[in-house]
Amino acid sequence: MKAIQNWQPMLKVRNARKTFNPHTPNEVRALQGVNLELGPGKFLIVLGGNGSGKSTTLNAVAGSFFVDDGSIHIDGKDVTRWREDQRASLIGRVFQNPFSGTAPNMSIAENVALAALRGQPRGFGFALNRTMREEIRARVRGLNMGLEDRLDNMIGSLSGGQRQALTLLMATWVKPKLLLLDEHTAALDPKTADKVIHLTEQVISQGKLTALMVTHSMQQAVNLGDRIIMMHKGNIVRDFQGAEKRRLRVEDLLDQFEDIRRMEQLDESASEMLQETYI
Amino acid sequence: MNALIGAYTQGCMLALFALGIYITFRIFNFPDITGEGSYVFGGAITAVLIVAGYNPILATLAGFTAGMASGFCTGLLHVKFGINSLISGILVMTALYSINLDTMGKSNVSMGDNATLLTYAERAVMGDPAVTPRTRENDFVDVLGWRPKKNDLIHLAAIFALVAALTAVTYWFFRTNMGTAMRATGDNDQMIRALGVNTGNMIIFGTALSNGFIGLSGSLFVQHSGFADVQMGMGMVVSGLASVIVGEALVGSRSLGLTLVGAIMGSVLYKLVVSLVLSMGMPPNDLKLVSAVFVFTALVLPGFITKWRRGRTASAPTPGAAPARA
Repeated sequence: MKAIQNWQPMLKVRNARKTFNPHTPNEVRALQGVNLELGPGKFLIVLGGNGSGKSTTLNAVAGSFFVDDGSIHIDGKDVTRWREDQRASLIGRVFQNPFSGTAPNMSIAENVALAALRGQPRGFGFALNRTMREEIRARVRGLNMGLEDRLDNMIGSLSGGQRQALTLLMATWVKPKLLLLDEHTAALDPKTADKVIHLTEQVISQGKLTALMVTHSMQQAVNLGDRIIMMHKGNIVRDFQGAEKRRLRVEDLLDQFEDIRRMEQLDESASEMLQETYI
Repeated sequence: MNALIGAYTQGCMLALFALGIYITFRIFNFPDITGEGSYVFGGAITAVLIVAGYNPILATLAGFTAGMASGFCTGLLHVKFGINSLISGILVMTALYSINLDTMGKSNVSMGDNATLLTYAERAVMGDPAVTPRTRENDFVDVLGWRPKKNDLIHLAAIFALVAALTAVTYWFFRTNMGTAMRATGDNDQMIRALGVNTGNMIIFGTALSNGFIGLSGSLFVQHSGFADVQMGMGMVVSGLASVIVGEALVGSRSLGLTLVGAIMGSVLYKLVVSLVLSMGMPPNDLKLVSAVFVFTALVLPGFITKWRRGRTASAPTPGAAPARA
């Protein structure tokens, strides 16, 4: 049931495999042949339980590690063997941990100035010249958090929500080919999470960004994006797009999860039965 | 009183070392002890070149480069071969001991009457000794009844000027795009990688720059004291660290410019205190023991005080004491 494609995918993951700690008792087959294509301007939600491989998929795309097998293309470029910092020229990222996306002992302005040069060579010009400062002030004001008057404060003095909002601004300052959001509201209280999600939606729709968001919030999955994939044991097991995605409600997603779980149990009992009968 | 000028001069030279230590220990959080060797390497290269009749400016630059090369090796071992940062430094430091002996050919090189950077400074102020011979009258300066040697003052001024200029350059550098990326590498490497910076290269560049300053510090020390010795680096990292810590205690660590100035003030104060306790009769042999104990105290004390305060306020928490995190 594949739609006819007349676009070139912005992200193409082909048969990606990754095993952590191979040949040891701690072996984890995190990705078992993931195939994924994402069109330009699409907003993809990745759902799955713990250890389903959803964050691993995102990290494989970001380049936190190399896949054992398969390939990854972003905007038509084969980035399979690109290091994390090389892929940064195409990718903007917001992490789950609010502490990961910003440098705590540097000022707000310095952090944003660092992001303004994402993927570009860094020379010996002043990081914070007057024009840069003014632009930072203007865009930080757009966050509506009152941070524009605290540009010289250390980021470490900000709350988690403020840091995630800033990280989002930083990740999209230079328009990324692909925006990766790794459960970026999971560590926030519900009210702050709502704010950051609202901001995320706004940034993605205004910039017409291609985005991939990992979450375990069904509510977010239903409200946001135009495609949902569900992962289980390192595989993509469900894929909802277009009208089908728009019709989905939280209960439907829960049913799907129940389905996946039941199928798994069935597999186990079936194999047990086969073993009893034939061995 | 001349000892006082000596202490200031020593402090200024130590400040360059402290600047190097500041870059690795504070900016990168990289415990780099290559300095024990690169300090000597910078000094040894300078001494050998000056004895061979090379221009002292060239010899000084060579000392800086020698330090950079040492730091480059340490960074390379750590980044490209994944060796623990401390072990990388120890390996390079150990190797440098042999290299320093090879460079000098023996364990001690005296520079005799060869012109150094400091003789250049003397000539610039007092004229060529062949034209204006030094006499008892023009050799001393009268400062409110105190008559220090003119030479010593010129040495101090020249070294201070050099240190001040290099500190200014360092301050400027750490505010450029490249320099902020370097600071971010030490602060949050995951974040800066996601912004497209090769953190490995930054660390290698950082250790090279740090040890460049340290090599330069050794080069100046050799030119000031008139000899290079293969043992002269021993205990220097602890002294440098002590200077940085004293500096932070003096000015805090809120802003980059302040910490850099603090490192210089700390070095000078450290040397003043050392010369004071020595003049009060402490045996010089105990100096390194006392330095180590001092650094230990300075490292442990802040945590201890926080613990003590927390213990006291646990029953009655003061409002606003906890950092604001929503």
